Amino acid sequence: MLYLLRRLAGFALTLLIAALVIFVLLDLLPGDPARFILGINASADALAALRLQMGLDIPAPARFGNWVWSMLQGDFGVSHTQRAPVAKLIAERMAVTLPLSVFAMAISMAVGLPLGILAARHRGKPLDTALMVMAQGGVAVPNFWFGMLLTLLFAVTLRWLPPGGFTPWYEDGWLALRGLVLPSLALALPQAAILARVMRTALVDVAGQDFIRTARAKGMTYGEAIWRHGVRNALLPVLTILGLQFAYLIAGTIIVENVFYLPGLGRLIFTAISERDLVLVRSATMVLVLAVSATMLVVDLTYALVDPRLRERRA
Amino acid sequence: MNWRRLLDHPSLALGLAATLAFALLGLASLIWTPYPIADIAISRRFLVPDASHLLGTDHLGRDMLSLIMAGTLTSFTVGAAAVAIGVGIGVPMGLVAAMWGGPVDWVAMRISDLAFAFPSVIIAILIATLIGPGATNAIIAIGIFNIPVFARVARGGALALSSLDFIGAARLAGLGKAAIAWRHILPNIMSLIIVQGTIQLSLGILAEAGLSYIGLGTQPPATSLGLMLRDAQSLFLIHPSLSLLPGLAIVLIVVALNIAGDGLRDALDPRLRRQELA
Repeated sequence: MLYLLRRLAGFALTLLIAALVIFVLLDLLPGDPARFILGINASADALAALRLQMGLDIPAPARFGNWVWSMLQGDFGVSHTQRAPVAKLIAERMAVTLPLSVFAMAISMAVGLPLGILAARHRGKPLDTALMVMAQGGVAVPNFWFGMLLTLLFAVTLRWLPPGGFTPWYEDGWLALRGLVLPSLALALPQAAILARVMRTALVDVAGQDFIRTARAKGMTYGEAIWRHGVRNALLPVLTILGLQFAYLIAGTIIVENVFYLPGLGRLIFTAISERDLVLVRSATMVLVLAVSATMLVVDLTYALVDPRLRERRA
Repeated sequence: MNWRRLLDHPSLALGLAATLAFALLGLASLIWTPYPIADIAISRRFLVPDASHLLGTDHLGRDMLSLIMAGTLTSFTVGAAAVAIGVGIGVPMGLVAAMWGGPVDWVAMRISDLAFAFPSVIIAILIATLIGPGATNAIIAIGIFNIPVFARVARGGALALSSLDFIGAARLAGLGKAAIAWRHILPNIMSLIIVQGTIQLSLGILAEAGLSYIGLGTQPPATSLGLMLRDAQSLFLIHPSLSLLPGLAIVLIVVALNIAGDGLRDALDPRLRRQELA
């Protein structure tokens, strides 16, 4: 319980400091954000109006406080270029980015973990070598380039799936799903290669431990011993990597969205950068940081749940 | 390490040789490329490979081999500079955290957590918003991401060593914490740092490609493998080779580095064999 509270406090603190870093970078460093946004040819009236809209007339610490406080209430400010609440804009884009990362994660687990277990069970044999050579290649493939190759094969040559673009869920759920198949695969397979390697190493590691020998001595077959006792122990390092991967998948979607012309969070951010929409960039990056940190938190808590030893040591 | 030991590890030799070959290819672009990379000749565009253009030409008639040579140099430079930032800040941070412990350790680890919450894409977005995109932008973004990685490696290595007798002996001999860290711990965790450095270099090269591809990294007229892929994207259905070549170059470089890294880990410290990819 104490561990949970401490971890939650750490999470909140990390977020608060992250918010401070983003605020200092985007609100203080540009000097006058209104001037930064409107450019040097802006009229004095326009500048004054924007300053008022952004609340620049109040001192910076109070502005930071206001920003954090309103974010806690779900208010992310108003984008002056899109003339819409930032929370609404981000929510729309999350309808693409979030399912994309979740699908990619699911695929990479469904592919990577069984292959890793398979390789470990055939350790040192040709199947293991073949799988690990494939994994070595998979780790080295940039996901966005892999996306291009997938498009070439499945969208252009075979014509099974759309090459890009996205139909909103509310218009046609099936089409929306089909639009996410190739992007998810592009994100998932390099991750699956990493997962397979970690899973294999972890299992091989566990297989040499005393408790597996004890289980064998009790009459279990090697497979049973690994399955009943090995996998759960081997999952600990795998879990750490899974958490890191999901965090980077969320960030990675921003790159892969570009290959498939998906209207996700990444494209929203790029438009915001080119239009110098500081309010939008500030909140969108904060949402990304929140997503990454929350994933890390969930992993840490799961870790403690799976491994009681950890709970006691840290508390 | 002497050369005979290198030959005991064929995969290490292969990985290092391939890495070195790519690095030299990139370095060679500083003094010579088959054609200048800024040499635009629309009349010669989309040429298929032949004797004058070994890998063909791109949509602006630039020689693909020359571009790949220059792009390889960019990849290595950005990746290596980012590793330097990670080692330069992360390792001292990790050592200080391990040696002083307590609140110092706590603060260092919270800083490291904070950095983990900012994947390089996010840092690149923030910098690009402020001062615009560029190769330096990519170096800083990837470098910041490397800091906590090296901090954790150094801290973990130092903590594992700190209970050993020779550290106790150094303390009894009157050495201060900084001196122990510098003279006794750092040399012993060097192999860990080198192996991690190889991994981060390959990750950095992948990250640079990604950042340049979305327009947050290297900017024209300079080139990088990721930027070549960005240029080729709208054309890749008609001229797939423009995307295939730079992508393949990235894959080969990263595979070479990873093989070298795995080999280094086995050669430098057989005990680490088990901690693959941790």
